[in-house]
Amino acid sequence: MLQVISLLVENKPGALMRITGVLTARGYNIESLTVARTLDPALSHMTIVVDVDPSLRSLVIKQMIKLINVLQASDLTESRAVAREMVLVRVKAPVDRRTAILKEAEIFGARVIDSSVEGFALEATGDPEKLDEFIDVMRSYGELDATRSGLVAISLEGKKPRLSPPVPTGSGVEKLEQKTGVPNG
Amino acid sequence: MMSTSSLVSGARMLLECLVREGAECIFGYPGGVTLPLYDAMYDHPMRHVLVRHEENACFAAQGYAIATGRVGVCCATSGPGATNLVTGLVNGLMDSTPIVAITGQVASKLIGSDAFQEADTFGITRSCTKHNYLVKNLADLPQIIHEAFYIAGSGRPGPVLVDIAKDVFSGQSRYAPVSAIHLPGYKVPSDGHTGQIRRAAQMIWEARRPIVYAGGGIISAGASAELRRLVEFVDIPAVCTLMGLGGLPSEHPNFISMPGMHGSYAANMGLTQTDLIIALGVRFDDRVTGRLSAFAPHAKVIHVDIDPSEIGKNRIPELPIVGDVRRVLEKLNQILAETAPAISTQNAAARRSWWHQIREWQEQYPLKPVISEAEIKPQHVVSEIDRLSGGKAIVTSDVGQHQMWSAQFIRFNEPRLWINSGGLGSMGFGLPAAIGAQFARPDKLVFAVVGDGGFQMSIPELATLVNYGLPVKVVILNNGYLGMVRQWQELFYNNRTCAVELEGFPDVQKLAAAYGFTGRTVEKPHELAPALQEAVDDPGPYLLNVRVSPCENVFPMVPAGSGISEMVVGPPQPVLVPK
Ligand SMILES: Cc1ncc(C[n+]2csc(CCOP(=O)(O)OP(=O)(O)O)c2C)c(N)n1
Ligand SMILES: [Mg+2]
Repeated sequence: MLQVISLLVENKPGALMRITGVLTARGYNIESLTVARTLDPALSHMTIVVDVDPSLRSLVIKQMIKLINVLQASDLTESRAVAREMVLVRVKAPVDRRTAILKEAEIFGARVIDSSVEGFALEATGDPEKLDEFIDVMRSYGELDATRSGLVAISLEGKKPRLSPPVPTGSGVEKLEQKTGVPNG
Repeated sequence: MMSTSSLVSGARMLLECLVREGAECIFGYPGGVTLPLYDAMYDHPMRHVLVRHEENACFAAQGYAIATGRVGVCCATSGPGATNLVTGLVNGLMDSTPIVAITGQVASKLIGSDAFQEADTFGITRSCTKHNYLVKNLADLPQIIHEAFYIAGSGRPGPVLVDIAKDVFSGQSRYAPVSAIHLPGYKVPSDGHTGQIRRAAQMIWEARRPIVYAGGGIISAGASAELRRLVEFVDIPAVCTLMGLGGLPSEHPNFISMPGMHGSYAANMGLTQTDLIIALGVRFDDRVTGRLSAFAPHAKVIHVDIDPSEIGKNRIPELPIVGDVRRVLEKLNQILAETAPAISTQNAAARRSWWHQIREWQEQYPLKPVISEAEIKPQHVVSEIDRLSGGKAIVTSDVGQHQMWSAQFIRFNEPRLWINSGGLGSMGFGLPAAIGAQFARPDKLVFAVVGDGGFQMSIPELATLVNYGLPVKVVILNNGYLGMVRQWQELFYNNRTCAVELEGFPDVQKLAAAYGFTGRTVEKPHELAPALQEAVDDPGPYLLNVRVSPCENVFPMVPAGSGISEMVVGPPQPVLVPK
């Protein structure tokens, strides 16, 4: 079953690789992945759609939270959230079909972002099923090229990430001594 | 100490950071891009131990880390040096061993250009480490080194690799010691949830057939004393996993040995029939649980672990407690003490018969070494080592049958004495780990128990023993076979042994002599004890090659995929003719 994972991560090299690593280590195929900076440029927001065995869903989330660069990971599959995807479509539009295509685009709330003698470039946003339909309809008008953005989702439950405070350097050394009783030489 | 106003090299800064983290020595092997680092070591008090292969640097750092509880440090050059660390890193990841691995990388401008000895170390080791870094700017170096130590040693420990570009080592800058590190996304659980711990106490009092299942987490958390208090106060039987041996003294009356594939009958039956498992710092590994659906079918489970992703991974517990197992046990013991008088007698009769049952299992199928007068049995060797150790020596082991016999028959009355490769089972671990352990604990008698197969994987490290005068006693349980593989071929592949005969083993006396120390081969049972005594009395390293009976197999054995109560307790028929 498709799982929607939402992540707040530090914008650091390798962060993406670590996160996808949790999934690829299990041989999961990622359906879509979006990542972009948040309001705080040091952080990124990521939305991943991936086919995960339902019994392993919470484990996958826990394994992501465990990553040092991940500040928050939530499973939005069944929680209160909104999700949208965008698609860019280039459709061939000979003179006799132009009005029909534009009408159809309007029904889906799509916008024309480029128009030429050959055809249109259209932009539509919506939930993935709606975009599927949009693409199907446009395809009925002829040759078509489409690029989807992948899903972006946001939880409606506004949970603040729990962040760890700074620690003094060398604090591990003391703790380990306490644990082992072996003095540090 | 260096002054903070003058310019220093990145290499020098790295060494200062290591000193500030309490590192005593680096196990390493130099190369082109780490030249500036070794140049800085030239006149720096940091000790460098030159091993003979980078994998062994990583294993030695782990031997050091396990023996002390401190973060071990290893170092390798770029490309082949770094790729040689990979097995060691995964080993540390599987066994939660705190190490920091420093690797050199080609100059930052060359990264990505297929430069000489370039490898994508950062990418390669991503899945082999708890965390890893690539340092391209000198300004980031001190911060990252301190972060690496903190991550390696805290929470669930593990390896952290720092890949450092050559120009970062050689670059010059002012050094301002870092006073704090901030990893907002790195959570280190500490105290467990008090309400959950209270419920745990209640479940413990209510249980009729409770058992403690303790693992490596007890050792890394330093929770042995609290574990002991728990099992004594409530009088619960306890099994310790391969990684947890020594967590409870082997001689403790409540210790019921190791569970799992080669665990004792009593330990496995105990886990099968218990009604409450108190799982402490364990991960319900398949080598312990056997077929999961048959594991502890009647039991409720309390699972205490510092790593939330371990809880519910293999067995869903009735009561999860995320926390440092020492802190949780402190609180649990306190609550148990407060609640004891009211309900402790509730199940007294049931508890008595549970103990009675466990003692019966122990008597029925005791873990008793086989000893023969005609040939040296491998179990005989490990029990002689046990006798000399008296539960106090450090014993490292390689991987195979000899490892299982060591775990079965050698007592460990303290934590951090038993050092082996559990999760990854990497052959070649025993000797380099002993090197690390002997550096860590020069006061300790250190045995490296190895097989004739694994020994040959780390044979170059004999030079390191001599080089540093390390009095490690290497005992080879020489059965002429890749014994553990032969055992599986014999039992599960219709005795079609293939590629397991180890012909061409060297003459050990000559081998040791070539390195400049004492080696000896024994093959008669009566020679064994004196030879081992001679090894222990020798002030230097000692190589003792014991020709053991070639066909001995490890029992009990739970065949892979079976429930752990379905043990084969002894050899079926003799199937192999001794060579
Ligand atoms: C690096 C590595 N390669 C292969 C194996 C598979 N393996 C597990 S035990 C074993 C045999 C070990 O033989 P030996 O060292 O002689 O020990 P014995 O079992 O005979 O005591 C092998 C090949 C392994 N664990 N590690
Ligand atoms: Mg062997």
